[in-house]
Amino acid sequence: MKTIAERIKNGVLVENPTFVQVIGMCPTLAVTTAAKNGIGMGLATTAVLIGSNVFISLLRKFIPSKIRIPAYIVIIASFVTLVEFLMQGFVPALYKQLGLFIPLIVVNCIILARAEAYASKNDILTSLFDGLGMGLGFTLALTVIGSVREILGAGQWFGIQIMPSSYQPAIIMILAPGAFFTLGILMAILNYIRNRNTKKA
Amino acid sequence: MEIFIIFLSAILVNNFVLSRFLGICPFLGVSKKVETAIGMGVAVTFVMTLASFITYIVYHWMLVPLRITYLYTIAFILVIAALVQFVEMVIQKTSPTLYQALGVYLPLITTNCAVLGVAVINMNEGYNLIKSVINGFGAALGFTLAIVLFAGIRERMEHNNILNAFKGFPIALITAGLMSIAFLGFQGLL
Repeated sequence: MKTIAERIKNGVLVENPTFVQVIGMCPTLAVTTAAKNGIGMGLATTAVLIGSNVFISLLRKFIPSKIRIPAYIVIIASFVTLVEFLMQGFVPALYKQLGLFIPLIVVNCIILARAEAYASKNDILTSLFDGLGMGLGFTLALTVIGSVREILGAGQWFGIQIMPSSYQPAIIMILAPGAFFTLGILMAILNYIRNRNTKKA
Repeated sequence: MEIFIIFLSAILVNNFVLSRFLGICPFLGVSKKVETAIGMGVAVTFVMTLASFITYIVYHWMLVPLRITYLYTIAFILVIAALVQFVEMVIQKTSPTLYQALGVYLPLITTNCAVLGVAVINMNEGYNLIKSVINGFGAALGFTLAIVLFAGIRERMEHNNILNAFKGFPIALITAGLMSIAFLGFQGLL
């Protein structure tokens, strides 16, 4: 029980894939034009991450170490194809919005990194929660970035108008440059907080 | 003419890094020095052009006749992984100097989403063989252009006085954002 909570905390806070490890940047920047897309992408990645972590952990004694990377990629690609079908069937609108970036979950470094660094060395249950924790950390980061961009760039949050109508939306925030600015400034704020805390301690 | 438009749009208007967000990992990871950025750019150009060609053949001559197009993700990533391995071996045999220059970057290209991205874009747009290869080549040149310019700016920033909180990734991201604004200017080109 303790390790489960520890794994989830590790994924969401200690080793947050976006803000601490800075991996998986392509979808982070590309799909976060709105908070809803951020959640959708995050959950899709979480599903693949849990599936591949469990499967790789299950097969860790059978996969020869020399060909482990191609083997992992095939496992990951299979789960991505599965998630793609499910999304196409049940959430077609979101599927269209995310478009190209759903097949590209295969090359998201977070998934291969967890397979290599964690699932290939640990038992099934902890690998499952490691995947869940990392996935939630990724989802959280994407949702925060998506929210900032949607609020500033469209005056809305999850499609609901929240800024006063006199607010002129800063269109640049939902265009490409806004993604870089939002992530850069969020990371700078986190750095600032971290620096201050270490100074105090 | 259409081919020229595809080529130009892949380099400037729909720049892979700055407007489509493909290949961000190497863009941020190996852009500290201009030399390494050029090495990465050359390696990616090579692999992306070849990958566009081979994934086209695999898709239209294998997946379509067998009616298993839904397996494209698995097929493409396997082709790309094998291709990268193959290119690595060929370069090692034929040109040891080039191999040494590119060495570390070659295996990294497998997980560069620009390569898989261009294969999927070619498929979605329904490009023919020539257009696919031109699109792949142009997109890779766009990637090289962006990463080399970015590395040049980062080299200069080394000597600048930057707020502590912004050091490292944050300032790199802001720089990329400013470059992205500059590239937005190309939208009116076509």
